[in-house]
Amino acid sequence: MSEQRMTQDMAVELKDTSDHELIEMHTSGEVGETLLEVDHVTLRFGGVVALNDVNFEIRRGEILGLIGPNGAGKTTCFNAMTGVYTPTEGKIRFKGKEIAGTKPHRINHLGIARTFQNIRLFPEMSAMENVMVGCDARHKTSVVGVLFRLYRVRPSEEELPDSGIRRSLAKVFGISRHTLEERAGRRRSMELLRFVGIADRAHELARNLPYGYQRRLEIARALATEPELICLDEPAAGFNPAEKEDLMGLIRRIRDLGHTVLVIEHDMKLVLGVTDRIVVLEFGSKIAEGTPDEVARNPKVIAAYLGEPDDAA
Amino acid sequence: MSQILDAYRGLKLGDRWDGAPKVVRWAVMLLVIAFAFYLPYLNILPFAYIRTDLSSTGSDWASVLFLIVVYMIVAVGLNVVIGLAGLLDLGYVGFYALGAYSIALFGSTNSPVVGALQSRFGFSEEWAVPFAVCIPIAIVMSLIAGVFLGAPTLRLRGDYLAIVTLGFGEIIRITARNLDNVTNGAAGITQVPVPPGPEIDGRNFFNTIDAERWYWLALTVLLLIIFLARRLEHSRVGRAWLAIREDEDAASVMGVAGFKFKLWAFAIGATLGGLAGLLFGSKQQYVEPNAFMVNLSFLFVAMVVIGGSGNIFGALLGAFLLTYLPERFRAFVDWRPFAFGVALVAVMILRPQGLVPSRRRAREFEDRRHEAEEAAADV
Ligand SMILES: Nc1ncnc2c1ncn2[C@@H]1O[C@H](COP(=O)(O)OP(=O)(O)OP(=O)(O)O)[C@@H](O)[C@H]1O
Ligand SMILES: [Mg+2]
Repeated sequence: MSEQRMTQDMAVELKDTSDHELIEMHTSGEVGETLLEVDHVTLRFGGVVALNDVNFEIRRGEILGLIGPNGAGKTTCFNAMTGVYTPTEGKIRFKGKEIAGTKPHRINHLGIARTFQNIRLFPEMSAMENVMVGCDARHKTSVVGVLFRLYRVRPSEEELPDSGIRRSLAKVFGISRHTLEERAGRRRSMELLRFVGIADRAHELARNLPYGYQRRLEIARALATEPELICLDEPAAGFNPAEKEDLMGLIRRIRDLGHTVLVIEHDMKLVLGVTDRIVVLEFGSKIAEGTPDEVARNPKVIAAYLGEPDDAA
Repeated sequence: MSQILDAYRGLKLGDRWDGAPKVVRWAVMLLVIAFAFYLPYLNILPFAYIRTDLSSTGSDWASVLFLIVVYMIVAVGLNVVIGLAGLLDLGYVGFYALGAYSIALFGSTNSPVVGALQSRFGFSEEWAVPFAVCIPIAIVMSLIAGVFLGAPTLRLRGDYLAIVTLGFGEIIRITARNLDNVTNGAAGITQVPVPPGPEIDGRNFFNTIDAERWYWLALTVLLLIIFLARRLEHSRVGRAWLAIREDEDAASVMGVAGFKFKLWAFAIGATLGGLAGLLFGSKQQYVEPNAFMVNLSFLFVAMVVIGGSGNIFGALLGAFLLTYLPERFRAFVDWRPFAFGVALVAVMILRPQGLVPSRRRAREFEDRRHEAEEAAADV
């Protein structure tokens, strides 16, 4: 995008001040009910048993930590939940519905989003466009709709354009759903970028963003798909202690928006501080589960995890 | 003031275009369009040198313009497939042929299909499917072909897709040649209908003599298609294609239905190919299998690649150059394949992203080159 366009856009985008209503989640479920069930899941890669009869649940509204040493199977667990891999055995249920074997984009539409341990943004798109791709997951305009814009919506007073002719046209013919969705998507994207704290570089290419911005952009992009459950794979990897502290604050605010959060994190201290419950994996098996206090006191966990030198800390 | 001007001069053409006021942009666009419509009559020196009919052996200028525009439609369609969705389709001529054959098979009294319909329903010898009905038939046929080819093959990646589509293009041509009692085989179908229009000087509005009318028709279609293609590019659909091109797995986890959007790209490309074929067949008023050889597919791909894939204007430029230059320099006809080869190699070496690539595409190429260099340095 050219410099000129960029500044024009930014002027539009930055005009209205922070507006949380745009990005709040509205769900019908009750806090505390089971949202996702990992039901005796085993996942093998040839001879390697990446997950061995793993069994836990995620409850609506909580922040659940998933921890374990390197190679424990945490990322594999994410992959199984988001449709990247299909479990060899066992079931995964989201809101009571079996989802193992469902295509990743369908699982996303059901309400699960994730970030990647090794950042996987769309590097040639701007930060804003990356988030827009996420917003599109909830948009309804089809390819035919984009081409011909026949689906018109009667605009509300504030959606009407300012200028004379356009205003009268919009009053008579309505505004196409596509136009409204694009507009709403841009505003929501900007709000999300502001929420994760990187709005100042919204129009820069993702590849040119500093590392910390890229990690936050991944979170914004995942949030854009309006997930009931958001899974963060080591979102603070490579951060210094101050940045990590910041990020934990962000995770709490994500929950406060109405999302349920599952987070993988190596830094034990941080996990204990931010999570409601913790599941511990080792060599593909669950070895403990409970509140941070319980887990921290669990001898198995201490032996498997805390006992080892913590390379990531 | 001079500072501003200096800054302005430093900008690339694209930036200047983006930065210009809307009125200016519209004015320039309208001027270009008006000029394009005027082209057949261009007779003022020195501009008239661009005409192809200056010598007695030259080709009819308006007909050349028509062919250029038909190939531009092809290029815009193929650009959706190759440039936007990133799918290498080497059988595009198949859709082009399907479009041409659709109108011939259903619209010509010479076609066995029409003959069968006549005797089946007791229509007169002059009856054929009306032109206006042939258009949706052609569109639907190429669309269906696109979906049928795409559905099983789009799960393949990269080279495999190229090979399968290459086969498809040949299958269409060979089928057309061998199905004697449907397509008249190698003899082809004559009397392909022309669009309806008022009679002028005792001739149809669209006839073999007044080629500029065909050119204007094709140009109008092209403008409409460019308008629609740009809508696609700057929408969730264009974003989805780009996301798929950049990281298909990440895109699907973000809710992008990769297969669906790739299939759409294929279907849209197929439809535009068919539409171009329809125009071509109708103007020729004659369709035969040998007009759809596989080398035409390569020419189409070359247009998009040389022009700059991912950018509509690049594709248009590619189509223009590869159609216009051979016609303008007909005297050197024996050198054509050689010149084509040299030009292709030169562009690939000097400007692999194409002459006017989309900026993103240019960067993607740059990235890949760096990766390749790093990989080479590692060895
Ligand atoms: N696609 C695959 N093919 C074969 N083996 C795999 C594959 N993906 C993961 N594994 C194996 O599964 C095991 C678990 O890997 P996983 O990436 O889930 O660990 P992790 O807990 O995320 O570790 P880390 O903290 O290093 O990210 C490892 O032994 C890994 O080698
Ligand atoms: Mg991992």
